[in-house]
Amino acid sequence: MSKRISVKDLNVFYGDFKAVEDVTLDIAPRSVTAFIGPSGCGKSTFLRTLNRMHEVIPGARVEGDVLLDGDNLYGPGVDPVTVRSRIGMVFQRANPFPTMSIRDNVLAGVKLNNKRISSSDADDLVERSLRGANLWKEVKDRLQKPGSGLSGGQQQRLCIARAIAVEPEVILMDEPCSALDPISTMAIEDLIAELEKDYTVVIVTHNMQQAARVSERTAFFNIAGAGEPGRLIEYSDTTDIFNNPREKSTEDYVSGRFG
Amino acid sequence: MLKVDAKQHQSQLTRNRLPRFALLAVLFPAAIAAAAAATLIGFNVVLWMVFTAVLFVIGAWLITLLVEGSRHAGNRMIRYVVYGAFILALIPLVSVIWTVLERGLPGLTSNFLWTSMSGVTGAVDNRTVAEGTPVLGGAYHAIVGTLQISLVATLISVPIGLMSAIYLVEYGTGGPLSRAITFFVDVMTGIPSIVAGLFAAALFGMVFGPATRTGFVAAVALSVLMIPVVVRSTEEMLRIVPNELREASYALGVRKWRTITKVVIPTAISGIASGVTLAIARVVGETAPILVTAGFATSINWNVFSGWMASLPTFIYYQIRTPTSPTNVEPSDQRAWAAALILILFVMLLNLAARLIARFFAPRTGR
Ligand SMILES: Nc1ncnc2c1ncn2[C@@H]1O[C@H](COP(=O)(O)OP(=O)(O)O)[C@@H](O)[C@H]1O
Ligand SMILES: [Mg+2]
Repeated sequence: MSKRISVKDLNVFYGDFKAVEDVTLDIAPRSVTAFIGPSGCGKSTFLRTLNRMHEVIPGARVEGDVLLDGDNLYGPGVDPVTVRSRIGMVFQRANPFPTMSIRDNVLAGVKLNNKRISSSDADDLVERSLRGANLWKEVKDRLQKPGSGLSGGQQQRLCIARAIAVEPEVILMDEPCSALDPISTMAIEDLIAELEKDYTVVIVTHNMQQAARVSERTAFFNIAGAGEPGRLIEYSDTTDIFNNPREKSTEDYVSGRFG
Repeated sequence: MLKVDAKQHQSQLTRNRLPRFALLAVLFPAAIAAAAAATLIGFNVVLWMVFTAVLFVIGAWLITLLVEGSRHAGNRMIRYVVYGAFILALIPLVSVIWTVLERGLPGLTSNFLWTSMSGVTGAVDNRTVAEGTPVLGGAYHAIVGTLQISLVATLISVPIGLMSAIYLVEYGTGGPLSRAITFFVDVMTGIPSIVAGLFAAALFGMVFGPATRTGFVAAVALSVLMIPVVVRSTEEMLRIVPNELREASYALGVRKWRTITKVVIPTAISGIASGVTLAIARVVGETAPILVTAGFATSINWNVFSGWMASLPTFIYYQIRTPTSPTNVEPSDQRAWAAALILILFVMLLNLAARLIARFFAPRTGR
């Protein structure tokens, strides 16, 4: 179920502006990989190329290969819709569908695609996904209430439940805790540790302690200056990145000297 | 030691304020002085009220200036100016409603609602006036016509308007086609309604022979007026749907078209529906385009595709222009005002419907 991602010589553009340059890295299955780096260095941009969400933006394009267990996401004839149903995504700001109940939010991936599902299967899927997102206990008595009535942290976990209900192989998270209080952040970090058993998890974070707590591998991105493309500076085990980084700029960044 | 007697202590943070009764103390002398001034010119209630208002505002401003200072005085002055503007804006509205109610209500009988004008001639009206019996004949045919024409116009313009707006917001990326659509929608917004009528008449004249007048032609003319309104309001509503919701849907592996129909439109539906309702309200009172496209009738026509058809605005127009009985115009007058009342009620109902729709479809929040 969980899969390996291999990125080769990836360049990412917004129109003529090259936002990310020449990234090559390998993400192991059943692991948590963190992307860190200063604002604007292209972490979100790069993350979105891993499930073909980048091209949703007008003028945006990608050069290079991203392989999911050997299959190129950017190969000819690949349907981005298929890619996205196998590689789920959680966004920085929780975005439950305001017109839908909690239950329908979890079932969104199924229902929006007009897939038939019996109501007992749907109940199972809702419960399994909400349990998977550590939200079941809190919402089981109000599944028919609107998702927008939950707290910020609960909404974010609802979005995670929605993402895992599609049964993806990889889950991408773009600063999932940056808008949350410490308690909700802890709930989500615990959840990430759980998800790791079944999924390949990639998380962008601004918070270095968080990267150190949740991830096995860490990639450090940086930019040379404004208008320059972001680059992958160093990628290795999280303990090495934080304790004996090879690059000077990594050391400066993780020790808090900039960024 | 620091215990302060509340009565003796004067807070450093408060300043002199006028007591509430001070304004009443200004109002009464103002009213009396105004009455005197009005009598000098020739007393009437409106003049008296206007004078009172002016004197009161000046007086209130003066004592505020003396007691509370210039900032409070300025504040009070501007506040009264705003109230005044509000009342001025309300006067025409209230007086229109009042006039229509006053003149329309007597004619609004069930006979008026459920009979047409077929068989009602000048002789009938003359007899009604001579014998003092209730007015015969009604606007049933016009109500039926207005409903049919509006319904067909809505059926034509909503799909076209909705699709154009979806194209503009979701697919057009500022290319030549979307700029062309925006340009033509802008131009259409400014088309005088009579021109829309002539256009529809000419179009159908070319295809089905000259002087083809049916309810359908009128509906086409009204669609020309409605489409730009629908496009504009739908476009605005679609644009305020947050992009995050589209991305959330794409990220679940949902196709663009499904995302539009199942996420974007449901999120915006309340605004779209009320926009459509207001577009209907906007065209339901059109007279000129209906005259040149559907002609006029005195009996009921249930078929929009053949035969001339009456509508409320043209009914009013003919009752006033060419009264059924040229010598006794009162019955026609009464019928015209009753029809005007129905038309206003219709527009009000549409506005109410727009609000209810907006509330009903609005995304639910709360726990
Ligand atoms: N939609 C966009 N259009 C054009 N440029 C963008 C867009 N989004 C991001 N960028 C640019 O791409 C670069 C990387 O941004 P981003 O990936 O958001 O950085 P990060 O997530 O690391 O803070 C920045 O220079 C940013 O200005
Ligand atoms: Mg970012």
